[in-house]
Amino acid sequence: MTGTVITGMSVAAPIGLGTEDFWRSVVAGRAGIGPLDRFDASGYPARFAGQIRDFDAAEHLSGRLLPQTDVSTRYALAVAEWALADAEVGPDTLADYDMGVVVSSAQGGFDFTHREFHKLWSQGPEYVSVYESFAWFYAVNTGQISIRHKMRGPGAALVAEQAGGLDAIGHARRTVRLGTKLVLGGGVDSAFDPWGWAAQLAGGRVSTVADPARAYLPFDRDAAGHVPGEGGALLVIEDADSARERGARQVYGSVAGYASTFDPKPGSDRPAGLRRAAELALADAGLAASDIDVVFADGAGGADLDRVEAEALRGLFGAYGVPVTAPKSLTGRMAAGGGPVDLVAALLSMRDGLVPHTAHTRHVPEDYGLDLVLDEPRVAQVRSALVLARGRRGFNSAVVLTHPDF
Amino acid sequence: MAAVMDIDALREILVACAGEDEAVNLDGDVLDRSFEELAYDSLALIECAARIKQLHGVEIPDDALVDLRTPRALLDLVNGVPAAGRQS
Repeated sequence: MTGTVITGMSVAAPIGLGTEDFWRSVVAGRAGIGPLDRFDASGYPARFAGQIRDFDAAEHLSGRLLPQTDVSTRYALAVAEWALADAEVGPDTLADYDMGVVVSSAQGGFDFTHREFHKLWSQGPEYVSVYESFAWFYAVNTGQISIRHKMRGPGAALVAEQAGGLDAIGHARRTVRLGTKLVLGGGVDSAFDPWGWAAQLAGGRVSTVADPARAYLPFDRDAAGHVPGEGGALLVIEDADSARERGARQVYGSVAGYASTFDPKPGSDRPAGLRRAAELALADAGLAASDIDVVFADGAGGADLDRVEAEALRGLFGAYGVPVTAPKSLTGRMAAGGGPVDLVAALLSMRDGLVPHTAHTRHVPEDYGLDLVLDEPRVAQVRSALVLARGRRGFNSAVVLTHPDF
Repeated sequence: MAAVMDIDALREILVACAGEDEAVNLDGDVLDRSFEELAYDSLALIECAARIKQLHGVEIPDDALVDLRTPRALLDLVNGVPAAGRQS
């Protein structure tokens, strides 16, 4: 095997902390969507969210980190520790400058900032925490992980709403190709404070359906928006030779292809960029559409965007030409965390020969021409996967993963 | 003149502002240990200085703050011990 391989990974999601916990819920179709209860959300038009409920930050972070971290950074630090442990990477595994960090965040530290802004207008600027200077910032997860694990190689933060997590994986691979042996990459987000919630609702695509099992239905004829989720995933992206030399205990797969595109401006008669992102990622991997065994779709959960994605997939693979799934219907859309969590699910599909289903979705319009995996996981040999993500205002990203024996 | 703040009050402020490193025992005699040893960096001290001002009305200028190496030096400054009488 050559190129860039994945030697470790972990997840924090509304349906599980850690890879196996998460995967058990996916396969069982156990949803993590319920009434948002982190504050009194009863006055808001949308009230369902995919919340992480069993995470105790003090169990995972030192006392010095607690006063300076937003909830999203706490998830990121915990997931980083789990992913590195999974890859058996410690501070002495490689030289500090041979290890980099690339984490996407679409929302920054909303919850932390909301509390500090409250102090700002109610008490005055001197009461605002000095840690607000970085706790809000999109790059803070990259920085905190880098400091904690002494990963002093190249660091970066990418912001592209829901597409950003895949962009981070693409940039992690690029960083490895440029000579850094190992990069921890992925994305994590959370914005379930009153300000973050208002900001998400202002986007206009959050579902107001009053049934947690019906609020987010990717590709369903009754799709009426999405449910926001929180969490994400980080993957250890490693140079294949380095992984072999250090005797990495496992290789989940390879990052075989990546591409991103941007949509034309609204009203343009040029097509949306999603299909082109998928085509470019396939070309980058040196694969044809017929080589792909499963697609993990963006699954926006609205007739307009679902139709665009269905058309792109139909155009690329032919009608019913490839199994398609969107297990994020169990978690809600996790912004920058969504794409990397789908990558983890895709790699586990390869490992276990099982394509998870799109829970809750029942009726896919016939003219979508989609072989959407419904009702229960499908047993299938999975040797390659195409993972798609779209970010609000025009971002499209695609990653092609291949099985270690591909 | 009565002291504005003692080590217990400072310890409380440090923990409230910047948390506590599990590897450090703050309950021991820490007066003359360096903030670096106690795992408090410059940002932690800026945060503590803001809290000291709110609680005790004593302002520690930023340029004085960066020169404070130990809890004793910080307490001496807050409690108004003249510079000549301070242990550094």
